[in-house]
Amino acid sequence: MNIHTIADHLNSLADNSDTGMSFDCQPISGEVDVLQISILGREELPIFVSVTEDQILCISYLWGVEEVKPECIAPMHESMLEMSIPMPLSSFSKIGDKYVVFGALSISSSLADVEHELTVLSNNAVEVIDDMSDFLL
Amino acid sequence: MSIFKKIMTAVRGGASEAGEAIIDANATRIFEQEIRDAENHLTKAKRDLTGVMAEQMAAKREVDRLQREITEHEGYAGQALEKGDETLALAVAEKIAALESDLSAQQQAHDSFAGNAERLKELVKKSERQVAEHKRQLSMVKTTESVQKATSAITDNFSSSNSKLLSAKDSLERIKAKQQKFDDKMKAAEVLESENSDTSLEAQLKAAGIGNQDSSANSVLDRIKAKQKQ
Repeated sequence: MNIHTIADHLNSLADNSDTGMSFDCQPISGEVDVLQISILGREELPIFVSVTEDQILCISYLWGVEEVKPECIAPMHESMLEMSIPMPLSSFSKIGDKYVVFGALSISSSLADVEHELTVLSNNAVEVIDDMSDFLL
Repeated sequence: MSIFKKIMTAVRGGASEAGEAIIDANATRIFEQEIRDAENHLTKAKRDLTGVMAEQMAAKREVDRLQREITEHEGYAGQALEKGDETLALAVAEKIAALESDLSAQQQAHDSFAGNAERLKELVKKSERQVAEHKRQLSMVKTTESVQKATSAITDNFSSSNSKLLSAKDSLERIKAKQQKFDDKMKAAEVLESENSDTSLEAQLKAAGIGNQDSSANSVLDRIKAKQKQ
């Protein structure tokens, strides 16, 4: 499993995905291969996929620290911790000064698992921004 | 310091800037070598264990054989005594004594093999746990580094393509607007569809008795009556 097999699978799905979503994959070159996945209608919230030795990481960036109302940081952190288990398949994290939702899959996951993960992650990201927008400036 | 703590300290300390490794590459290489060494030891220990277990089984078979032979000879000794042949009985008894000494030696060997096998099994399990734990720790280090490198690749890509990163709220608004537009289109299509069906304006007018009405038997009869009167 590498980002290219994932890209090939998602691009070949076209309108035939079981999830009702259309994916567009764009590899980003760098020290580590990253796949940028856009979902039709949600291009503003792409998902970034990278593959390590033992897992597949799918990350969606939510917002930067500077977008959070200063007095809301602590309550927001608490909400994120509390929501991490109820939120299906995804968890919250922070990379540098950006908050993210992410899902980690075993390297031996099937392509259907990856597709399902991406769909759920995208839905989670949209919903999280909607429901946590009170914390944001 | 545990790997977890090291990563936490490094990330908090701002080592997250690109190019700065959580744990220097050399240390990672040494760690990887240690895992490989441990795996080699594990393979050897498993091989040793197989050998010891084979010897244990062989000793067990020998013990069983000797026990069977002792029982057999005890029978012979009894029969010799019954026949009053004391000398033969003594000879058999000597054989039994020799067998018993063999048996005790074999039993000892068997117990020692069994003890060794038990110890080796424990060692294998312990090594397996250790290798799994080292691999988990290495995975944490490598994942942290991979995410940092991926992040810098993503950031570079964004700045080079000049695409402006939207705020979360703006992104959400755009996505919702697109969804709304899509929903509106669907609704418009539904309306178009329904214009060809009974719910169209024409049907509503007809229902209200406005516009062209269908000819009924009564209206035809009225028309004929009107003609006759002429």
